[in-house]
Amino acid sequence: MRDPRGDTTGALRHALRALPALLHTGFASVLAYRAEILIWMFATNMPLVMLALWSAVARSGPVAGYTPDAFTAYYLATLLVRLLTGCWVVYELTMEIRQGTLAMRLLRPIHPLLAHAAENAAATPVRLLVCTPLIAVFVYTSHRAVTHDWLLWLLVPVAIAGAWLIIFGVMAIVGTLALFVESAMGLFQLWLGLSGVLSGYLVPLDLFPARVRDLANVLPFRFTLSYPVELMLGRLDRAHALQLLGAQWAYVALFFAGTMLLWRKGMQRFGAFGG
Amino acid sequence: MIDVTQLRKTYRVHQREPGLKAALRSLLRRPTEEVRAVDGISFHIGDGERVGFLGPNGAGKTTTLKMLAGLLHPSAGTVAVDGFRPQERQRAFLKTITLVMGQKQQLLWDLPPSETFLLNRALYDVPETEFRETLGELTQLLELQSLVSKPTRQLSLGERMKCELAAALLHRPKVLFLDEPTIGLDVAMQAVVRDFIRAYNERFGATVLLTSHDMDDVAALCPRVIVIDHGRLIWDGALEDLVKKVQPHKQIRLRLSRPVDASDLARLGRVVEHTATAVALQVPQSELQAVVAQVLSALPLVDLTVEDPPLEEVMRDLFAGAVPDAGAAPAQGAA
Repeated sequence: MRDPRGDTTGALRHALRALPALLHTGFASVLAYRAEILIWMFATNMPLVMLALWSAVARSGPVAGYTPDAFTAYYLATLLVRLLTGCWVVYELTMEIRQGTLAMRLLRPIHPLLAHAAENAAATPVRLLVCTPLIAVFVYTSHRAVTHDWLLWLLVPVAIAGAWLIIFGVMAIVGTLALFVESAMGLFQLWLGLSGVLSGYLVPLDLFPARVRDLANVLPFRFTLSYPVELMLGRLDRAHALQLLGAQWAYVALFFAGTMLLWRKGMQRFGAFGG
Repeated sequence: MIDVTQLRKTYRVHQREPGLKAALRSLLRRPTEEVRAVDGISFHIGDGERVGFLGPNGAGKTTTLKMLAGLLHPSAGTVAVDGFRPQERQRAFLKTITLVMGQKQQLLWDLPPSETFLLNRALYDVPETEFRETLGELTQLLELQSLVSKPTRQLSLGERMKCELAAALLHRPKVLFLDEPTIGLDVAMQAVVRDFIRAYNERFGATVLLTSHDMDDVAALCPRVIVIDHGRLIWDGALEDLVKKVQPHKQIRLRLSRPVDASDLARLGRVVEHTATAVALQVPQSELQAVVAQVLSALPLVDLTVEDPPLEEVMRDLFAGAVPDAGAAPAQGAA
């Protein structure tokens, strides 16, 4: 019998070699659905709604230090980060498991989650292109509100990547739960609900009562949105920013490990139904 | 190449009656039933063999195939394919095999098949020269020229199946698991696919395990068959031996120059078909020579052919339990 231990280094090298092809097909698939991605991006408008709301409130005086201009900067940055970190693996994975079509991914010598990650990440150039007008508006309206620290700007793409990986990890975990329960989408809705509040998507974390803020500061939700926004708006000094970067990527590692463990257990239960 | 020992797969399936009351009851209590999809089968398939894996619907064929391909974990027993334990899904194992399922696809739905081919080349580490050569052969043989540039979703079922086959064989696997590979194909293309599979087997020495409800596939490709029913192995041996055991008869088809009385025909054998000038007789194998001699001398014959009983009838009788002791001891298998 062949040695079951396998070759981790070889697997990593193989994955890196295959990555360009995976990204290519992911990008090509996104272009096939360009209308849909545009609609999705325009439908992500809650930050603009909250901007209108809080700007109106702040006209009569700053709210916890946030002036109307500060709210503008905050919510435009929030919208930008949200659009750049979009992911849909939970829907695809759940459907593939329920319909048995995951079988076709399992037959390929590449981890299905890596393939999903590449397909999702491949949409980034399109997202960036669609965000260009938003970036222009952000720069025009908020250039005074953003940080001028080059180190913090260097950390921004790393933080956005970390945010995306945490979101992907959570979605992958919830999707993988479909191997154990009929449907885990309710759990994902719970995550979305909590994330809306605790990530800073609806309300800046600064505006919460101290206890809620302290809790939000350590939970993973902050690192999916608020942290990159705080970097862009210069609300962190360098030391704190680097410390939080470490915490963010610790969460990335935690969700990665959780996903892999759950996946391994789940594969023993996979029924490959559907003929 | 393939070793299976006391392989078992059981599922726990929820049971529920139809209706609202039953739906509400199931919130509190969900009765389950254990289903033994595969119940202790054992067989060995050598390098380069072509084997048909047959059985009625729900027999456990596809479940077995999925365990061999590493998609399912066995509940008990052992399985090894080319020295690998399939459920570990090692990369080297996945590069060794391919599984083509008639009802599932690996082609990217929104993109042309050519994109899937390029993706598979990268995933399976196929060298460029080999890729171009193999793709060229497959394109020509399966007539894919006009298909590979259209989005998969715009192809017909038959066209998709041809492209699926090409995508599945680009990496020149050593073991082919084919689950209804000719489903949806027209008669001419079925023949092309069968010829291709045989040629691939002969050229590369690939091992082929084929499930099909189309007995023409089995007859054309599989000298050896394994038959499974209710999760249990009921036959493993040469196809011709199975036919002889289940239906030890031959069919003699006659074309006559004038009608003949039924009683004259009944003396020769069991009359299966009788129109004005066309007759089919079923006679025991052991009496064939004598009956043919009588037919030649006694009947106004225009044409005579001797056929094996249709495989469909053989399998029907086998699954109906018409032959109580049809199971043979596990055979060494015939190439």
